[in-house]
Amino acid sequence: MKPTALSIASIAALASFTVLAQSVQPPVQPPASQQQTEVRLVISSGPGVPVKLGIAGFLPLAQDAETVAAAKTISDVLYDDIAYEREYYMIGKDVTATVPKPASIDTVPLDRWRELNANGVIVGTVRKAGNGVVVQVKLIDVASGRTAFGKEYSGSIANPRRYAHTISDEIYKDQMQLNGVARTKLTFASDRDGERIKGPVGEREIKEVYIADYDGANPMRATNTRSLNITPVWSPDGNAIAYTSYRRGYQDIIVQFIHEGRFETPADGNPNKQNYLPVYSPDGSKIAFTSNRDGNPEIYVMNRDGSGVRRLTNSPSIDVTPTWSPTGNQIAWVSDRTGNPQIYIMNADGTGQRKITSGGYCDRPTWSPEPFNELAYAMRSGGGFDIMVYSFATGQATRITDGIGSNESPAFAPNGRHLAFTSTRNGKQQIFTIARDGNDLRQITREGNNGYPNWSR
Amino acid sequence: MRDKRFLLCAVVIALAVVGACGKKKPPLARPTTPPPAATTAAPTRPPTPPEPVPETTTVPAEPKISDDPLMSGDLESINKNSPFQPLFFGLDSSDVDAAGQQALNADAEILKKYPSWTITVEGHCDERGTAEYNLALGERRALAAKTYLVSLGVPADRLRTVSYGKEFPFDPGHDESAWSKNRRAHFVVTSK
Repeated sequence: MKPTALSIASIAALASFTVLAQSVQPPVQPPASQQQTEVRLVISSGPGVPVKLGIAGFLPLAQDAETVAAAKTISDVLYDDIAYEREYYMIGKDVTATVPKPASIDTVPLDRWRELNANGVIVGTVRKAGNGVVVQVKLIDVASGRTAFGKEYSGSIANPRRYAHTISDEIYKDQMQLNGVARTKLTFASDRDGERIKGPVGEREIKEVYIADYDGANPMRATNTRSLNITPVWSPDGNAIAYTSYRRGYQDIIVQFIHEGRFETPADGNPNKQNYLPVYSPDGSKIAFTSNRDGNPEIYVMNRDGSGVRRLTNSPSIDVTPTWSPTGNQIAWVSDRTGNPQIYIMNADGTGQRKITSGGYCDRPTWSPEPFNELAYAMRSGGGFDIMVYSFATGQATRITDGIGSNESPAFAPNGRHLAFTSTRNGKQQIFTIARDGNDLRQITREGNNGYPNWSR
Repeated sequence: MRDKRFLLCAVVIALAVVGACGKKKPPLARPTTPPPAATTAAPTRPPTPPEPVPETTTVPAEPKISDDPLMSGDLESINKNSPFQPLFFGLDSSDVDAAGQQALNADAEILKKYPSWTITVEGHCDERGTAEYNLALGERRALAAKTYLVSLGVPADRLRTVSYGKEFPFDPGHDESAWSKNRRAHFVVTSK
């Protein structure tokens, strides 16, 4: 496998040299290496003009159906992944279709791309190797013909989307020092499988926890307890999902290690000690949650193994829905101590409690990751809710949804540039994502009802 | 014969007067009217002395072995036709109002009648609150019902609580009629 990859790479380099004399090929990397090429070329455009990118396509180097399909998937998904961050102007697929597909990765007709005012063009190849696949990609600077980003990936062919997600994230990191979210995952609760349990009056539709790519593709079910499971959240290392489960007939927090197939109940619930709405501290060492163990909903923090439980709130009203600040030094939560639910913040030891919203009913605060100093939440407006983003810098809140349907349960993407939330705007409750400025609304679930989204780190 | 008839008349009049007095009606209006019942009834009366009017003693029927469906039924059928009244709440509220207290008073009687039953009080909310806050609001509703029942003497260990927020609405509609049904504490018999 190694010699083959090496020889093809060498041939490709040679072809590049002969066909495009002006192009300077980066040194051929060892094919097994996942190291990035050491080229410091950033694709740029004129001042004030977005950089225009086109995707010339991924060329299947064999014509079997699997390779052809994988190449098309990578090309299509990469287009969407790069477009998602809205940093590049992506030349439309209908326009790029007018440019003939290159015969090889090194024969991209750059003059044609110049005619489209493209600043950069992405081209790649897909070929099978052993039991897997090798995907090669280049981002070419159209002006100079030089490769700004070039890399080869190998692995299973089972999920070609994964290559596109990786390429998108790495191009953004390389070119803009931006953390993309193409490889991140959402977790959420869904009744899409239509499972029911016997209820006191009739059957009740239950929810299980699912995982999907950030764009809703590739959904997988994570729980199978045949009971209601809601409010899932990712552990920061991505190895576990903590959620509220009713599997014993009362609410308790389950931490499920999704790759190991085992779970823990660190809050050690019982009918008089119910625990719900878990959320990991940014370093993953602690879990904040709500519990009725002292006879009323209050906020508590425990170490992730359940030790060191500490009560943070103490009021006869409702205290619920905690979220951590990016440093882990503070917690925002909801209290109705002044009459209706409002957002409060406090230090992680419970001191320094203060209210930060006033007016209408507010719930589900979610603290943005750095560098944004923001808090998103749902606020009642009209007959439903809208997503608000509060800036600590200005003390002002901005409504980012448009009053259509009811919009709830915001969750920030790990780069802080997007939010996932639920909306009933199209009928059933579905998960949507939206940019933090309120643009670029996308529906990402369509089956059944879906709620409580949470975004992996 | 005449004497006896006279005696009967006298007894009847006396009884009428006593009866009138007993009812605290004006006693003077009645005696002037001869009791017509006595005069008309008298000729048809059999000559035999009247039997003393017996105090009717009802012999109670032997109590039937009643099949109390709440005692013998399975949990599913009991809960389907629940003897318990749900406790309804106002929007965003976990306060037990007068109607709610009445419902709970009746529920407490049932719990006392079936002392072996244990109950789960489910707290439910309508869709107009947020999913997360509703988990706490439903809990407050269930706890409010439990606290009230305990104050009426129901042992706390017979009452469990659970909040489903707005996850399991009783009425899937999207109007006040549905919402008012969905803001409730609902009682489920979990063992008997």
